Amino acid sequence: MPVRLEIRPLPTASIQPLRRSHDAPCPILFAPFAKRMGCLLSLSLLAALPAFGQAPPAPAARFVVVLDAAHGGDDTGGRLGNPTAAAQPEKAFTLALSVRVRSLLAARGFSVVTTRESDVSVTDDRRAEIANRANAQACLSLHASQSGSGIHLYASSLTPAEPARLLAWKTAQAAYVTRSLALAGVLNSALGHAAMTVTLGSTALPSIDSMACPAVAIEIAPELGPNRAITGALDDPAYQARVATALAAAIVQWRAEVRQP
Amino acid sequence: MIPRYQTILFVILLVASIVMSVVLWQLRDRAHQRLLAGQDSAPTQAPEVAPAEQATLLVANDTDNSLLTQTLSLPLPPSSGARARAILGKLLDLYAAPDAAHPVPGGAASIAQVFLLPVPAPDDAPVSGPPANSPQAAAPKDSGTGPQLAVVNLTGAFAASHPSGLETETLTVLSICATLHANLPRVTQVRFLVDGQTRLTLAGHADLTRTYLAAQAVPAEGNHP
Repeated sequence: MPVRLEIRPLPTASIQPLRRSHDAPCPILFAPFAKRMGCLLSLSLLAALPAFGQAPPAPAARFVVVLDAAHGGDDTGGRLGNPTAAAQPEKAFTLALSVRVRSLLAARGFSVVTTRESDVSVTDDRRAEIANRANAQACLSLHASQSGSGIHLYASSLTPAEPARLLAWKTAQAAYVTRSLALAGVLNSALGHAAMTVTLGSTALPSIDSMACPAVAIEIAPELGPNRAITGALDDPAYQARVATALAAAIVQWRAEVRQP
Repeated sequence: MIPRYQTILFVILLVASIVMSVVLWQLRDRAHQRLLAGQDSAPTQAPEVAPAEQATLLVANDTDNSLLTQTLSLPLPPSSGARARAILGKLLDLYAAPDAAHPVPGGAASIAQVFLLPVPAPDDAPVSGPPANSPQAAAPKDSGTGPQLAVVNLTGAFAASHPSGLETETLTVLSICATLHANLPRVTQVRFLVDGQTRLTLAGHADLTRTYLAAQAVPAEGNHP
């Protein structure tokens, strides 16, 4: 005997759109099994609704800082300290300062890229290449000298130019000179707050002239008192710590200024 | 009777003596020529017979990273190239003094030559003419009125003994550029050579491969460059 199949429309309640639980709570406990499973599925989907309805919080944009410890390897840089005593090469000082500033910045949530982490030779082009690949918001080239006093801040002496899609390698910094001067101003302010003598200037330095980022060359010299007596020697750890802390504070301030609408 | 072997030995020694004498004579001639070639026949200081004139020097100061204007009365030669060399020599003499605010050893002898050339147009083909180190090229070109490029040839000893540092090297370069422009207003561009060759940096920092614009080196109010 042939079996007759009868197709009936489903009950209206089973094809109702999903509703929020506070509109019509499902009688889970007293419903048949199929309906109970449907309600459970509905509730689980409803619980997930807010996640689909709102955009996830945007992660904070990476704020990248490039620290360029000048010299290294065969290029020892200048001789620091008393000439009669064992002089420290500039390359060792800049590397130690780079490590110290990197630690302070990393603790404050910055992404820090360094051009060297050991006593190796790095060409000027390679330094600029590292900085440009990092897409950094601040590039600090660290130097030290026995001449002069306090901290010397130098921006590039290139004539400012309008930003363009393609930049000439040797004059890439020209498009960033204005922002580099602003960064130098922030550094000047922070170092001034740390009671340090600061001099500002512009120079032709091949490594920063090829950097496509706000870049400042920082030269640390001994701090001299009123009678030209040394009050902060380059081999004094307390002086080094003051400089590093002031530089980190300046970068924190620079980040705040950059992120202002 | 002299033995044969003694005769042969005598002849050999005689020939050796003659050959050695000739070689020594040639070596002496070569050393003399080398000495003459290395001797700088150009005047290192302005002749005293020249009339004294006012020269403006932009003197660097390491303490506050500044260029200070100082006017001196110097005997200056009439030709521009020799005048530029004499003025820069005086500037470097100030830096070599024991109590200098910008101490750099070397003094006036650190300026080997100063060439004054017309500023090449951007699209100019390479200039044909005498080589750069020939006397014709070194001769001052005072006939024109256009801007000039000063090529300052420093000695290797000066670069080797210059203190290393961003500030000190930058001040040396800028004070030379500013002093040239202050005394020879037609000098608008300055390039540097060391022992006649291009050098990357002065002492590890200041770029010596670029052409400096002399007017930009002059501080606006005699202060920071």
